[in-house]
Amino acid sequence: MNNNAKKTAHEPFLHITKRGDISTAGAWSVRLIAIAVSLLVSAVVVVLLTGYNPVQVFKAMFSGNFGSLSKVRTLFQNIAMLLCISLAVTPAFKMKFWNLGAEGQVLVGGLASAACMFYLKDSLPNILLILIMFVASILSGIIWGLIPAVFKAKWNANETLFTLMMNYVAIQLVSFFIMLWVPSGSSVMGLINASTKAGWLPNLFGQKYLINILIVAVLTVVMYFYLKSSKQGYEIAVVGESSNTAKYIGINVKKVIVRTMTISGGLCGLAGFLLVSGTNHTVTKDLAGGMGFTAVMVSWLAKFNPAVMVLTSFLIVFLQRGAGEIATVCRLNESVSDILTGIIIFFIIGSEFFINYKINFKSKHKEEK
Amino acid sequence: MLSTICAFINAAIVQSIPLLFGSIGEIFTEKSGNLNLGIPGIMYMGGISGIIGGYLYEKSADDPVPLLLVLIPLISSLLGSTLLALIYSFLTVTLRANQNVTGLALTTFGIGIGNFFGGSLLSLFGETGSISLIKTGICYKTPLPFYGKLGLFGETFLSFGFLVYLAIAIALISSFVLNRTRVGLNLRAVGENPATADAAGISVTKYKYLATCIGGAIAGLGGLYFVMDYTSGAWTNNGFGDRGWLAVAIVIFAIWKPKSAILSSFLFGGLYIICVYIPGLSSSAKEIIKMLPYLVTIFVLIIISIRQKKENQPPASLGLSYFREDR
Repeated sequence: MNNNAKKTAHEPFLHITKRGDISTAGAWSVRLIAIAVSLLVSAVVVVLLTGYNPVQVFKAMFSGNFGSLSKVRTLFQNIAMLLCISLAVTPAFKMKFWNLGAEGQVLVGGLASAACMFYLKDSLPNILLILIMFVASILSGIIWGLIPAVFKAKWNANETLFTLMMNYVAIQLVSFFIMLWVPSGSSVMGLINASTKAGWLPNLFGQKYLINILIVAVLTVVMYFYLKSSKQGYEIAVVGESSNTAKYIGINVKKVIVRTMTISGGLCGLAGFLLVSGTNHTVTKDLAGGMGFTAVMVSWLAKFNPAVMVLTSFLIVFLQRGAGEIATVCRLNESVSDILTGIIIFFIIGSEFFINYKINFKSKHKEEK
Repeated sequence: MLSTICAFINAAIVQSIPLLFGSIGEIFTEKSGNLNLGIPGIMYMGGISGIIGGYLYEKSADDPVPLLLVLIPLISSLLGSTLLALIYSFLTVTLRANQNVTGLALTTFGIGIGNFFGGSLLSLFGETGSISLIKTGICYKTPLPFYGKLGLFGETFLSFGFLVYLAIAIALISSFVLNRTRVGLNLRAVGENPATADAAGISVTKYKYLATCIGGAIAGLGGLYFVMDYTSGAWTNNGFGDRGWLAVAIVIFAIWKPKSAILSSFLFGGLYIICVYIPGLSSSAKEIIKMLPYLVTIFVLIIISIRQKKENQPPASLGLSYFREDR
């Protein structure tokens, strides 16, 4: 690496080469070490800030997540939603299409659901209303995802910046409709159809959120096989590796980009539907609550593998809820969870270097010669 | 009528300054090929570091000196935001991590730090209430001494604290450095094609590190301006809002040119508050007006990608890590 290289004739102290041969076990052990170190650093940070000993901190985190039935339910619900959005962005990322617009796609999906609830009220049978909401949400998510995709496919517009901007258009769109719907001019929309519960996903076996969790579980399995075993999944992988290779072997790259973003946007719309119909029963501009961005990290940490994503989303949600509990107990600001999330992601991102590259020290390097 | 327009221009300038600092910082960073999406986090960090520095000084000194009231928050803000930019550079340049993921994590981290210390600084010191550094705020808001003599012109354009003029100066200097100096040429070369720059003997790593850190420090000043001047030394959690992302939008709108960023920031700053000045606007229409900056940014992005004019493109290697042996 050139920053370590002296501008003299002798050999640099470090020499970095790419390695293509690390075993899966090796790679995962590097990542696990990184997670362990990052947890250690987070623990030090929390202990320094709160003055608690680490055991107390861990207890607080654990009880914040598993302390009661309703906490467990919320834990699984949060994991399901984060996982759903992560699954949604994954096919796009695998194609190296940086869809940072999940936040906006979720929002317009949720907005479509809320609009159906608001305008149709209980004029239709509940099952039909829910079905309409479901379709409307997915369609809006698709539209929001397709706009940047078409410009990327046709004119190679920078999708990272494009999707990013679409988020804020969506946020303002939601604010606009809330202002339109709430007669008092307040910027908060209360529960929609609170008395009739029209358009609310029912409780399955008396459990709130169970439908959300089941849908996302099925989605995880489907996405796993879609990416791993289907022809389309293969095409996504090829386009992601090299769009030139894809062109040479006769893949229509533009079609793949548009098709994949349809899936990505549609699933984000689905997440919006689940958040409005199955969780909040209302819409706010914080509906996605930054999950669209967290999902980028969850998906990337899992190396775009849906099965691993279950674990990474659990890790992130566990931390956030645990840190929230610590903050409540110590009367500190709950943003401590964001600090911890940041630290952990920094470490895992950093560890990828040691998976992809090999560091050869000077002496060892000479022996090899 | 005239006074309303002048009040609007004055308010738009005030709104535009955080955006200007942020966008100049991001232009610098992007010119080196680093798409630093951590800028919103860095701006929070710049704000809260300044607050912490100012708080500690106001707390320790019985009779604070105005010069130190300005310098201590300024330096701590620069240090804080440079530190975050350094984390970003280390991860993306040395460890070649993905820039988007690193940037988003940095934003989460920076906003987290801002809100955490903003919300807990006083309780960490066993106090209650909310942070309000009145003395520091007054120092930062001190306008040019002669503005009062210049009537309406002075009111409109010269009634600001020094950070406003610093922002414009930095924008002009950045434009000069990027377009008229050897260093700027090298930096642009690194952002366009690092392999070629490397072959020409330019240290890609050095330039990427420096541009990102200097850019981060400049962006952090936007946060400092917001907390010290705009809110007069008070911190509200999430008060800075989405201005960081707006700064990223301005970079596109100004097509990576610091001089255009001055006008773009003014325009976006104006759009941010124009609804207050249009009488009889319904609250829902206000939300649509707030959408405009992002819509025009998207529009510009589409236009530059359709027209494909060489001088209006993003740096060619934007978002990509460079590894010499990858070629």
